[in-house]
Amino acid sequence: MPQRSLAKDRDRPVARFATRREGDCLVIELAGSWTTQAIAGQDTEIYRLQPNGATTTRIELGQIEDLDTTGAWLVYHTARELKKSGTAVELSGAREEQLGLIETVSEHDVPCPGFPPPVNPLITIVLRLGQASFKIWTEARDLLNFLGYTLVVFFRTLLRPRSIRITALVSHIEQTGINALPIVGLISFLIGVVLAFQGADQLARFGAQIFTVNLVGYGVLREMGILLTAIIVAGRSGSAFTAQIGTMKVNEEIDALRTIGLDPMEVLVIPRVLALVIVLPLLTFYADMMGLLGGAVMATVSLDISFFQFARQLSQGVTIGSFWVGIIKAPVFAFIIAMVGCYEGFKVTRSAESVGRRTTTAVVEAIFLVIVLDAIASVLFSQLGI
Amino acid sequence: MEDGVAIEVSGLRTQFGMQVIHDNLDFSVRRGEVMGVVGGSGTGKSVLMRTVIGLNRPAAGRIVVLGQDMTGISPREAQALQQRWGVLFQDGALFSSLTVAQNILAPITEHTALSPRLRRDMIDVKISLAGLPPDAANKYPSELSGGMRKRAGLARALALDPEILFLDEPTAGLDPIGAAKFDELIAGLQRALGLTVVMVTHDLDSLHAICDRVSVLIDKRVKVGTIESLMGEPDPWIQEYFRGPRGRAAQGTADRKPQGGKA
Repeated sequence: MPQRSLAKDRDRPVARFATRREGDCLVIELAGSWTTQAIAGQDTEIYRLQPNGATTTRIELGQIEDLDTTGAWLVYHTARELKKSGTAVELSGAREEQLGLIETVSEHDVPCPGFPPPVNPLITIVLRLGQASFKIWTEARDLLNFLGYTLVVFFRTLLRPRSIRITALVSHIEQTGINALPIVGLISFLIGVVLAFQGADQLARFGAQIFTVNLVGYGVLREMGILLTAIIVAGRSGSAFTAQIGTMKVNEEIDALRTIGLDPMEVLVIPRVLALVIVLPLLTFYADMMGLLGGAVMATVSLDISFFQFARQLSQGVTIGSFWVGIIKAPVFAFIIAMVGCYEGFKVTRSAESVGRRTTTAVVEAIFLVIVLDAIASVLFSQLGI
Repeated sequence: MEDGVAIEVSGLRTQFGMQVIHDNLDFSVRRGEVMGVVGGSGTGKSVLMRTVIGLNRPAAGRIVVLGQDMTGISPREAQALQQRWGVLFQDGALFSSLTVAQNILAPITEHTALSPRLRRDMIDVKISLAGLPPDAANKYPSELSGGMRKRAGLARALALDPEILFLDEPTAGLDPIGAAKFDELIAGLQRALGLTVVMVTHDLDSLHAICDRVSVLIDKRVKVGTIESLMGEPDPWIQEYFRGPRGRAAQGTADRKPQGGKA
């Protein structure tokens, strides 16, 4: 057994210990500071102590300056282990409060179950796959259920316009529509610029720069305007709906509404859905205009197509049908975004953490559904020859 | 600064915007005592605690904790000081993504050089000290009841063997039996580990059961004393608080049973 010195380190408190033999007696001498902060490395050696044939052990605590539960635990544990291997153990020189602490720790020697053993990764993969599939299925079913419920209440409300909550509706129109104007306008304008620039680059090879106008017109009116607006609104307002309703759920406000005889569907969901259904077509129209403006500005600046030429080419090359193809999708997308936002809000459980998780899910789901619907519409319209 | 004082606050002024919470407040806690902090809603009990532990910056005044002046303290010194106190927030404030054992482990891994085996053993001891059953170790906070979450928070606060324990409304939201048990737990730990305890509370039973002295927040200042001496104060709020029906009931129970729980 190594002989360790009790030399002092003056800078910071340190736990020191030494062992020696006095005949049949193993003497363990502890000194210094036996605290959580000061113990570093000494514990592994203490854990390894063996009686090595000694019949008695004396643990001397007289030189300990500081003892906390960690130190007390080590003393208690050493004594316990040495006793187990058949030696008599005696503590000497301890002050009363130190003995009390060791006593307290010994009373709390209750081992907890260890960290659960790692599961076979293959099983984990299969398990997660199964859970995820099941979750997708139930989510889809619940969402469809909520869609039906919302539609019923929506049309019932439309038949009884007096039950529409005007204040809430106007407030949501302001939040989701008017407040979104700057960001929607800017992004649409930039997309118009990008389309014009990229299109012109390619079309110039065939000397057909003027068709850049057609490209911008078709691109913005049919797809870009509505799709970008829907994605921005899903990110801005769909998530806000989830967060608002989710927070109310956490605060038990939804339950409070029910107890005073108000239908959360009517009070919370319908104003939001209706607001978005009204706002999104308007925003889309605005986005279309900004996109065309962006294209026109780009055409004027870098393609030498004047504003007047741009307008004439647009009116000849792009039909009003393209505009309607874009705009007609807006109310549908709006309905989907608002519904998913509200649905996820109601799915919040009573913890703040789940508000965040549900908000993320709402945005991802809404954008996913919007793009899937857009793809379906695209195929449908081209089959119908519109 | 004399050795017997754990916390010394002098001339403290805290304000949020124009609203002054404390003005020229003096407050001190002796080593090894249990200090209760009471006051009406909005008098800044929790704010006082948060200011002492450095989560709030005071507008003026001096705060000395364990001999260290908190004003103009360097981040490194602050970190060293933070390891000498433990804080139990109202609902435990456990890290929700970690199990109870991992919650307790977090400060230990961060600030000590203990071997993995000793860490594991100490987690077990702390879980038992806080009065949790062993199988709570691998549970997540969301799987625990409110009382268990508080105990787990207490176990984490005790992880580094602090000298001072700050408790924010430790018995709020517990049923009377659970609250009494929690009081007993705190009293027992305080005696066994020689802790200094600062406890913000509304609970009159807790005050009678375990507090050595009580600070009452009134008019942006504190009045300190034992419950008996505070009862002699003419202030109407204090009179109402200690002599009201609830105060009398709590005093009655405290008188009937022998002081405190088991050591």
